[in-house]
Amino acid sequence: MAWQSLDIQRRSATTTPAPGARQATEVAKLIDISQCIGCKACQVACMEWNDLRGEVGHCAGVYDNPGDLDSQTWTLMRYTELENNGRLEWLIRKDGCMHCQDPGCLKACPAPGAIVQYANGIVDFHQENCIGCGYCITGCPFNIPRLSEKDHKAYKCSLCSDRVAVGQSPACVKTCPTGALHFGSKEAMKDHAEHRIADLKSRGFSNAGLYDPPGVSGTHVMYVLQHADHPEWYSGLPRDPKISPWVGIWKGLAKPLAIGAMAAITLASLFHYIIKGPNEVSKETEKEVENETRS
Amino acid sequence: MRRDPNDLDRYTASERVIHWVVGISFILAGLSGLALFHPAFWPFTMLFGSSIWTRILHPYFGLLMGVAFLVMAVWFWRLNRMNRVDWEWLRRVGEMVNGNDEHMPEQGKYNGGQKLLFWLLLFGTILLLFSGVVIWRAWFHFDINQVRLASVVHAAVAAVMIGLIMVHIYASIWVKGTIRAMWYGTVTRAWARQHHRAWYRYMTGLGNGQSR
Repeated sequence: MAWQSLDIQRRSATTTPAPGARQATEVAKLIDISQCIGCKACQVACMEWNDLRGEVGHCAGVYDNPGDLDSQTWTLMRYTELENNGRLEWLIRKDGCMHCQDPGCLKACPAPGAIVQYANGIVDFHQENCIGCGYCITGCPFNIPRLSEKDHKAYKCSLCSDRVAVGQSPACVKTCPTGALHFGSKEAMKDHAEHRIADLKSRGFSNAGLYDPPGVSGTHVMYVLQHADHPEWYSGLPRDPKISPWVGIWKGLAKPLAIGAMAAITLASLFHYIIKGPNEVSKETEKEVENETRS
Repeated sequence: MRRDPNDLDRYTASERVIHWVVGISFILAGLSGLALFHPAFWPFTMLFGSSIWTRILHPYFGLLMGVAFLVMAVWFWRLNRMNRVDWEWLRRVGEMVNGNDEHMPEQGKYNGGQKLLFWLLLFGTILLLFSGVVIWRAWFHFDINQVRLASVVHAAVAAVMIGLIMVHIYASIWVKGTIRAMWYGTVTRAWARQHHRAWYRYMTGLGNGQSR
């Protein structure tokens, strides 16, 4: 359902512009990994607010539970034990939709209105329009959307668009006990991150930095990383995420090219028939055949 | 129900049936596939019950088309082996398109264009089957990079195939007396003599004086 107070700026499989009269402030969630203690309160809050109950998982030797995102798990703490310069570091990343400014899921989606981007930057799935093809998974550079085994719809974090629409912060942010999660305008979040990064640098994390990847025109979920030079250390956070060039061709060049070719063949056939006329058996051949058959 | 006892048998009933199975499933797969390819074709989803049914059914249409085409290919591949005269025919296809077919090289049951079409469609069908399986999330889980590549291959090959089939259909409309071969399996002797003279001689033992 589209939240009336959140204007839609982009809509999947739609070739005409969205209503754009009203301006909205871009929002962002900032995840400060250096302040996260891995308590999973955000995971619980997400389940609570969104009425999600995943299957009880199993222990795979790490704290990750469930083992992966799924249709009932829209955010997931991923734990990495890193040995760096003889020190053990516990890198805990809250994984979930990054709400790309240039969303690969939306670009790939063939169902009109199944994926929308609000003017504030939140990317939302509208399951009532979802056909369950999984193209959003193909398009996503972060491996986030999941198809439900039960209803064959795609699900992911909505950045609590319902809460944001009425001026609340996302449930995960609301519940975070350490202040590792922040929510506000994207500008404010960048400012806050700057302070945090300066603090981390003064404590010896000389490569601390903000993760707001330009390959997807920035994201509306950003990380403060102690080791911004090694995003892959954080459970494989992509270094330079962008929409795959294959998806770019499939959803870009291929479309006008294919339609153009089909239209050209149709018109060429029609006008060929009109200009050249039908290819009929000539009277002469008919006569020859008659003679041959008779003889 | 033979109108003229001199008509020539071109296709048996089972050959006609398999061609129609391929043709109908190709159209169903094509329309449902186009609906998922470009928003301009989204209304085609309504032909299949709903957008979700379109997504569910498309791969099965494709599978039916692919398997039926492979059966057809097993029956017909020998007749479609290209020879020197076929390449010569293809080199001069411009004359044919121009409407001057009287000097075209003599053709057997199939001309060079039909044979080339056969091999292109066979190659395309195999690519569509493989790439289609890779992106069929209801049953298979392939690596994401394979899925991405297969998505492009599937769309591109399908577009080429649709173009080829449009040419195939137009050719049968343009060349009068052709479509009846797919309805009831026979063609007139004059049709055969004009368009497939070597096959005409093979079938009737006539027309030797005219051969090149």
